[in-house]
Amino acid sequence: MTTTAKPAAVKHPTGWFRFLRAQELGIILILAVMCVFLSLSTKTFLTSTNIFNVMRAFSWIAIAAFGEILVIIIAGIDLSVGSTMALAGLAAGFAYRADQPMAVGLLAGILTGAAVGLVNGLIVTKGRLPAFIATLGTLSIGRGLCYGLTNGQPLTEFPDSFRTLGQYDLPVLGLAIPLPAIYMVILALIMGFFLARTVWGYRIYALGGNEQATALSGINIGRLKLLVFTLSGLLAGIAGVVMTARLGVASPTAANGYELDVIAAVFIGGASTSGGEGTIFGALMGAAIMQVLRNGLVLLGFPAYWQSAAIGLVIVVTLMLDQYRKRRGG
Amino acid sequence: MIQQATSVPLLEVRGLSKAFPGVQALDAVDFEAHRGEVVALLGENGAGKSTLMKILSGAYRPDTGRILMDGAPIDPENPHHARELGISIIYQEFNLTRNQAVWTNIFLGREVLPHGPLRAVNFADRRAMRAKASELLKRVGARFSPDAIVRNLSVAEQQMVEIAKALSDDAQVIIMDEPTSALGTEEVAILFGIIRSLKEQNLTVIFISHRLEEVFRIADRIVVLRDGKRIGSLPVREATIDKVVSLMVGRVLDRQAVHRTGAAVSRDPQVICEVRHLTRKGALEDISFQLRRGEILGVAGLIGSGRTELARAIFGADPIDSGEIRIDGRPVALASPSHAVRAGLALIPENRQQQGLVLIHTVRSNIALPNLGVLSRGGVVRERAVHKLVGRYIDKLRIRTPGPLQRVMNLSGGNQQKVVLAKWLATNPKVLIMDEPTRGIDVGAKAEIYAIMNDLVQEGVGIIMISSEMPEVLAMSDRILTMREGRMTGLLERSEATQEKIMALLSYDHTQRFQPKDTE
Repeated sequence: MTTTAKPAAVKHPTGWFRFLRAQELGIILILAVMCVFLSLSTKTFLTSTNIFNVMRAFSWIAIAAFGEILVIIIAGIDLSVGSTMALAGLAAGFAYRADQPMAVGLLAGILTGAAVGLVNGLIVTKGRLPAFIATLGTLSIGRGLCYGLTNGQPLTEFPDSFRTLGQYDLPVLGLAIPLPAIYMVILALIMGFFLARTVWGYRIYALGGNEQATALSGINIGRLKLLVFTLSGLLAGIAGVVMTARLGVASPTAANGYELDVIAAVFIGGASTSGGEGTIFGALMGAAIMQVLRNGLVLLGFPAYWQSAAIGLVIVVTLMLDQYRKRRGG
Repeated sequence: MIQQATSVPLLEVRGLSKAFPGVQALDAVDFEAHRGEVVALLGENGAGKSTLMKILSGAYRPDTGRILMDGAPIDPENPHHARELGISIIYQEFNLTRNQAVWTNIFLGREVLPHGPLRAVNFADRRAMRAKASELLKRVGARFSPDAIVRNLSVAEQQMVEIAKALSDDAQVIIMDEPTSALGTEEVAILFGIIRSLKEQNLTVIFISHRLEEVFRIADRIVVLRDGKRIGSLPVREATIDKVVSLMVGRVLDRQAVHRTGAAVSRDPQVICEVRHLTRKGALEDISFQLRRGEILGVAGLIGSGRTELARAIFGADPIDSGEIRIDGRPVALASPSHAVRAGLALIPENRQQQGLVLIHTVRSNIALPNLGVLSRGGVVRERAVHKLVGRYIDKLRIRTPGPLQRVMNLSGGNQQKVVLAKWLATNPKVLIMDEPTRGIDVGAKAEIYAIMNDLVQEGVGIIMISSEMPEVLAMSDRILTMREGRMTGLLERSEATQEKIMALLSYDHTQRFQPKDTE
């Protein structure tokens, strides 16, 4: 060993400290500024009730974003996650209508999501369609199934045990932490580990960075793409089930357009449109920023009809800053 | 001096020089072409052919020198200007928009405008353009309609569109860069028919080719460049293939930069890789060879000879139609690169940036990529093992990088190539296929790569080295396999290989050697 650098002094970019990249620091800063500003300018923002409400409100967006980001890292996109969330909720609803035990309903929802993801993956790998087109199709098919299977009527026969999963607040040190927020944090840890520390994670980044070089490195990229799309569907399924448990009703119109929030969260979180970059932590922060912004606009009395425009503006400005940073070679 | 100059040449170049960082691409080159003359421009890779053509067609500006047309000095500032001056170039890669009609392509950028008020609004006169296009197509003997969509045409037909496009500019000089490299025998005959009719129309054609027998069929005069200088200009009547080949190579090897140490003499008889009758339709035909332990097998071939296709087929990157590959005597089915890697093969691809590396990622991730199997337990990557491995290879190959976390895109070409080498050496391959291992890297890094190759063969690795650099092939190989048009044309022992012999095996078909007549 003649290295000049001591092993201990070297940081691992793909390890736990990966989130300390400049990009994530930037997002944390934006989020912090927003929170400080809202804490000072409103009386209600900095209350545990409000904070947890915000966390609960973006939990399913964040969970779906943990799957979406995998697809975006491989330079694809999954437009079907909103439909998949609704479909997963309905699958659980149908299971409970058939008097199945709670676990079966959960599983039905989650596996439905995984199945949609698998189909997306097959269309992309075997059907050789671009991800945008493939998932644009399944977005529509999924929503059509929601309406068709329910005749447009929402399902409401959910057992209390199921509702509890979405509505209960866990008392910890005098705080009441909503269960969906806890699921979100646990899934963030699992997916963060998956992406940063496992062989699959390494390969997913490589695939997005250069597909040809990855294939020539002896990696079965078809199978890897199937895995990525399936995981995206699976996480959208979990998100759908959590959302349904919280709302206590599975509506065929649920999660309509949520794919756009999910995708925005991933990009605000620093993922690159050309693939190969992005982190779970970033996606989590991206989802948080969007919900804090929504919440803040409400608390500040910003006209409700204008909120969408404000959020759009934030997305564009954040990404322009990111482009600027990249050109500077950051 | 021009031998039989009776008039002022149409195109005349005097003392043209052009330097790029580290290379004198053209060194005081003289060149001339007369009306109705077909000039073949010959030379090895890097001889300066393309640079000269690019200066004539306005893509580069010369450092010094003059270009005269009909005796008057011209200065093509850009390709558009060159076209206005009457010089058109047709590159190997066509400049056509594939989804549009032939006539749109012919007039792209110079649409014909009608007379009258519509002219003011840039209304394109479709009828006039289609009529003109069909006239031009007739001149090149094309039998397809001007409405045909380019993507539905064959390569030869697309070339006709390019020629028609050049004619539409009233070109007097048409330059063709390797016009036959993508054509079959019949299509070449058609192209030559077109070139002859252009000649009859008193146009000048300059073309670059590596296929000598074709040059002898069509050219009036041959100009040979070597190392940026004009070495000779002779009428085809006075030329022989041997004479031209010796003009083209005639270079002494730089033996200090490239040399082979050790094992070449005491060769291990053990065959580690055997290729039998490998065929991939349209690319490779019946390739067979054996690779021994500790041997470097050089593969020489010109662009389009199938050398890269051979590497990709062995590595499982392209499907094969028939044939067999044996590793350590056992037949292996290499349906994909992942099979090949498991069988102990590694490929350093031709284009490291597009095929060898994930440029936006770190040195560390790139080296780890094909080695994740041994660097992980239960699917979880062992960071410490990665760190050790990457550090070891950075030291071993002396990769100059600020650290393992540097993004590969910030490294020099030579160091990038070392990262590619590192990622594959770490897999401990039995057979290492290197496609143009030293392309585009500086002399120092080249020498280091040769040293690494020498070390590897000492350790018993078998290397298949594909190269278009003759000195490299000659100096590094134990045996040399030559390829031409997807076929093996020879397998030479190191002791019997010479530049002339190899160049001859690459450039022309033996069966036609002494009958340079236009019979196909």
